[in-house]
Amino acid sequence: MPPTLSLLYDRIRTEEKELINAAEKRGVGLKPIDAKELHLTITDPSKERDLFGDVVLERCVGYFRGLHITAILESKGVEVINKYSTASTCGNKLLSSLLLGKAGIPTPKTLVAFTVEETMKALDEMGYPAVIKPVFGSWGRLIALLKDRETAQAILEHREEMGNPLYQIYYIQEMISRPPRDIRTVVVGGEVAACIYRYSSPDDWRTNIARGGKAEVCPMNDALREMILRAADAVGGGVLGVDAMETKDGFVIHEVNSTVEFKGAMSVSEADIPGKIIEYALGLAKN
Amino acid sequence: MKLKCPECDGDIEVKEVIEGEILSCKDCGAELEVNKDEKGNFQLKVAESEGEDWGE
Repeated sequence: MPPTLSLLYDRIRTEEKELINAAEKRGVGLKPIDAKELHLTITDPSKERDLFGDVVLERCVGYFRGLHITAILESKGVEVINKYSTASTCGNKLLSSLLLGKAGIPTPKTLVAFTVEETMKALDEMGYPAVIKPVFGSWGRLIALLKDRETAQAILEHREEMGNPLYQIYYIQEMISRPPRDIRTVVVGGEVAACIYRYSSPDDWRTNIARGGKAEVCPMNDALREMILRAADAVGGGVLGVDAMETKDGFVIHEVNSTVEFKGAMSVSEADIPGKIIEYALGLAKN
Repeated sequence: MKLKCPECDGDIEVKEVIEGEILSCKDCGAELEVNKDEKGNFQLKVAESEGEDWGE
């Protein structure tokens, strides 16, 4: 029997279309499954097992939806890209920083506090400007540049009023002096499949493609490749978006994304990213 | 193929769509998701709006 793959989605973006095309080109069955139209039995692992095939590419845009379905599928013995442990780490910036730090990978200095008062003390210790990020979320959402004490106080007061308690985990990071760009790499298994610069748009300091950042090819060197693969390994590996910044002392890794968006990378890189992802999934299915 | 916007009832001409794809209605601007009804025919429904956990 040839291996069977599923694509778990809640919205078909460019990336999901490209994965479907890449599978078609190879004559591989990739069954699209809409996560919004699923209900699953979580108390009997044998139920619904056959619905998903050998390997599932979890591509939900809703992080918590995808994460929880991954947990259920793994309990049923289905292989998911990425693993629950990897997705749960990458979905939380604090947990990611812990693993990067533990692995000795250069990463921006980060302090965490749990009250506004203590966060102000942490900021005094770290110095301004600094960056505050929600521990969850994506696309640069609610990431703020704290230029001075007054800005910090205002942002923290707003944060304190926000309903989701995760916003009161105050994750603050040193502001890295960097060019107006960062580096996005797409890791597939043990390989860096693509590497691009993401330039911030003229009206935003953040480099996210979702915020209007522009992609350009970035030349890869051995030092960067080694660091990227170590970071991917630190969170458990799989298909990942590992982001780096250039500093005067070398590269730092600031983020690892588990449901990597590669539209920007595909627009400038010749690498067949979706093809490599399908090949990787097939490889897992055969093992 | 012509589909109806569930928001404004406007006609939307579509070609080679797949389930899960997002379209926007030229008349009212609503974001719409392509899906299939019980008989397997394509239809449009109002797409989910961005959640605070959306992304990578």
